[in-house]
Amino acid sequence: MKIHLKIWRQDNANTPGKMVAYDLDNLSPDMSFLEMLDYLNEQLAAKGERTVEFDHDCREGICGQCALIINGQAHGPEDHYTTCQTHLRTFKDGETIFVEPFRAKAFPVLRDLKVDRGSFDRIIQAGGYISAMTGMAPEANSIPIHHNISESAFDSAACIGCGACVATCKNSSAALFTSAKISHLVKLPQGEVERQERVIMMVNQHDDEGFGSCTHTGACAVACPQEVSLDNIARMNYEYNRALCEIDS
Amino acid sequence: MALDAKTPDGPLKDKWSNYKAKTKLVNPANRKKIDIIVVGAGLSGGGAAASLSEMGYNVKVFFFQDTARRSHSVAAQGGVNAAKNYRNDGDNVYRMFYDTVKGGDFRSRESNVHRMAECSVELIDHMVAQGVPFGREYSGYLSNRSFGGVLVSRTFYARGQTGQQLLLATYQAMMKQVKKGNLKQFNRHEMLDLVMIDGKARGIIARNLVTGEVERHAAHAVVLGTGGFGKIYYLSTLAMNSNGSATWRAHKKGAYFANPSWTQIHPTALPQAGDHQSKLTLMSESLRNDGRIWVPKRKDDDRLPGDIPAEDRDYYLERRYPAFGNLVPRDVASRAAKERMDAGFGVGSMKNAVYLDFKTAIARLGIDTIKERYGNLFTMYRKITGIDAYKEPMKISPAAHFSMGGLWVDYELQTTIPGLFAVGEANFADHGANRLGANSLLQASVDGNFVLPNTIPNYLSDEIRTGAISTDHPEFAKAEKDVIAQVQKLLDIKGTMPVDNIHRRLGKVMFAEVAMSRNEKGLIWAIEEIKSLKKEFWSNVAVPGDSNGPNSELEKAGRLADYLEIAQLMAKDALDRKESCGAHFREEYQTEDGEAVRNDEEFMYSAAWEWTDGSDWKLHKEELDFKDIKVAVRSYK
Ligand SMILES: Cc1cc2nc3c(=O)[nH]c(=O)nc-3n(C[C@H](O)[C@H](O)[C@H](O)COP(=O)(O)OP(=O)(O)OC[C@H]3O[C@@H](n4cnc5c(N)ncnc54)[C@H](O)[C@@H]3O)c2cc1C
Ligand code: FES
Repeated sequence: MKIHLKIWRQDNANTPGKMVAYDLDNLSPDMSFLEMLDYLNEQLAAKGERTVEFDHDCREGICGQCALIINGQAHGPEDHYTTCQTHLRTFKDGETIFVEPFRAKAFPVLRDLKVDRGSFDRIIQAGGYISAMTGMAPEANSIPIHHNISESAFDSAACIGCGACVATCKNSSAALFTSAKISHLVKLPQGEVERQERVIMMVNQHDDEGFGSCTHTGACAVACPQEVSLDNIARMNYEYNRALCEIDS
Repeated sequence: MALDAKTPDGPLKDKWSNYKAKTKLVNPANRKKIDIIVVGAGLSGGGAAASLSEMGYNVKVFFFQDTARRSHSVAAQGGVNAAKNYRNDGDNVYRMFYDTVKGGDFRSRESNVHRMAECSVELIDHMVAQGVPFGREYSGYLSNRSFGGVLVSRTFYARGQTGQQLLLATYQAMMKQVKKGNLKQFNRHEMLDLVMIDGKARGIIARNLVTGEVERHAAHAVVLGTGGFGKIYYLSTLAMNSNGSATWRAHKKGAYFANPSWTQIHPTALPQAGDHQSKLTLMSESLRNDGRIWVPKRKDDDRLPGDIPAEDRDYYLERRYPAFGNLVPRDVASRAAKERMDAGFGVGSMKNAVYLDFKTAIARLGIDTIKERYGNLFTMYRKITGIDAYKEPMKISPAAHFSMGGLWVDYELQTTIPGLFAVGEANFADHGANRLGANSLLQASVDGNFVLPNTIPNYLSDEIRTGAISTDHPEFAKAEKDVIAQVQKLLDIKGTMPVDNIHRRLGKVMFAEVAMSRNEKGLIWAIEEIKSLKKEFWSNVAVPGDSNGPNSELEKAGRLADYLEIAQLMAKDALDRKESCGAHFREEYQTEDGEAVRNDEEFMYSAAWEWTDGSDWKLHKEELDFKDIKVAVRSYK
């Protein structure tokens, strides 16, 4: 099949970028979207032209490194897919596809389609952990956890930290990302002790990084490759208010 | 240099506790005077970085991804083993040790394996305390599944995302230390050389993959947790950027490389669909708990799988290995699949796959149970292939997956270079000639969290008076100059052959001759092919752009340059070992019905190769001595 690509090219955060057109032929519908970019890059490299920079690693939807806006949608047209899982069979022969980096104030562009998501690390640093240092742990079965609670904690913990929630959100909010970690840890008995500080510190860090506020549009949950649910955001708000009240009293 | 494994004295079961009781320690007040560099932020490197910084050392951690949460450990699906005996099914540390040594076809070091089994127990405690949501029974207690090559259920799992959950716990522990200032992280950095001063590892040269700058970093000890090099086959289950460069460059500075040719070919990955393919997605081995593997009995049977009745199906694993059936170890399952495909019974458009069928299990357990156990794997399968595996069998095929070989290390996980340690998949230690499923998350985590923090002080206790290591030392200047020169050399070739093109061809050679089944003629041919690819690479590779910013082609070229050398050593190692053991199957050494024939008389050793200035390697043997297990023919019949 044939595809017309319009790809965002930008040298670095301080220089302006622009869309550049590339035409590709002889593609197979079984190719993944990133394999199409490999194919383009091989052609550019053979001609000595600088290749298109994009992030990727596992190519199976779990590392969260791939991050493209495809035709205006984070990770492409299919709900709950990552970019690397998107295949050309989703597109029409001869289609024009626009490819851009994840855009948000807190995700500065490094080059072309690569962005810096260090802000996510700093949100986790603010409190997204249970402080059980190596050597401290009690016997694993000493605290039974109800099957459903454990499964529900998993649903929150499944987040791959790709940033599609931010890229999709009209406010560039990272509420889904932040709340998923808060919920994962607060659902488990092990996370109870640090409950208050965690939510306050993480929410404050979220705001300091320049992410916007959540207005419950819900676009993030549709884009999320792991189907992390909006319930997490409700839980975060509940936890945050509860922590403030408890600190006040 | 003669190899000294430094195995502690005493009975096997007491070695680790004896070691811990007697080893030298570093006083908490002195730990702040010690700098440690950890390269790699997966379960092994990340575990080491978190644990060592918690202990009070100054730690720097380097990795090439944008954040540590993406290290390739994240992709592990099926589970992690531990000898908890929660099932009351006869499991214990000795049995786990026994299964691992047998699974590795009696080619691993007894003392290390036993220690891994011992530490497995505390690892699960540690991970649960950190919030890993392992699968649980309705009673609230932890659940287990069973994996290939064993008769007990000792595998702990978090759906099909066990590696992700373990890694996130490790990452979060690291982030806490970053915030506290005990740990400094260098993301998007690639180690390009090891710096040695007076025969000791004293630092690294790393390239900042954003600015392109080449940087010097000094320390009292360097730890490599850089993962496996299975991506050498181009098509593999590994992440695209996984590489062998850190260990290889350390090898060229004097660290011996052990058993390089022992690569695990995983039996259940997705088959290649065409030439464009860039990776082969793994379908977790746990699927073999409930899935049955078969091919049609008749060649070119073009009926849909659902239309082929039971009597026309060949469940070849159940037929050949009635005791273990679909749960034979990976090397056996892969070879059996290859045998059927080579004989013309493969399925799919390229005839390069076999069926993995859940019909029986769905009928027995109900679709909901299958969904809960493997839901995300079935979803992943559908996303990649467009096929619903609840309705028709999966098509699977063997793919390169895990490097049993790696840097040679002693009992303390120290390489042959003083002050250079290797943890996780980067070392060669625990799996022998074949790794058992769910033992590798275990090994990586245990090495980083429980072994290294107990062994590295023995080395560091002599360093408390050394003072800070300066990066102004001429050895740093020299190593930096060499790295810059190599980067420039790659850019100056200005050829026309894309890096991936050469890598794909290298992968084809390796998969054909240095993978599931090997023979002398093929290996000699492979060595010549690799040499000619290497020549082509250095004269015609296309690396556009410059080194002053992100340049993926440049990164890939540097890694391929190393792969072309690693490949040569892999083929040499395979040629040298005139026996079949584990994943290393030499066609010349097999029984009439195609089972492996080991040669314990001549080859009961680990092969540790020393780099001798580019032209060749020198072999050092670590003879293996089995005192606590009866060496036997490995049989899963
Ligand atoms: C698809 C898949 C599924 C698996 N499933 C299982 C399973 O179910 N159970 C099991 O036990 N095992 C499984 N394994 C194996 C297991 O995941 C790995 O062996 C293990 O996670 C390796 O951990 P590690 O810490 O050694 O390396 P990795 O997690 O690979 O980490 C390597 C680190 O090194 C860094 N690095 C590498 N080179 C450089 C360099 N030159 N400079 C700077 N940094 C560098 C990387 O950035 C990364 O942080 C699976 C493997 C794969 C590929
Ligand atoms: S490359 Fe890992 S999620 Fe896409």
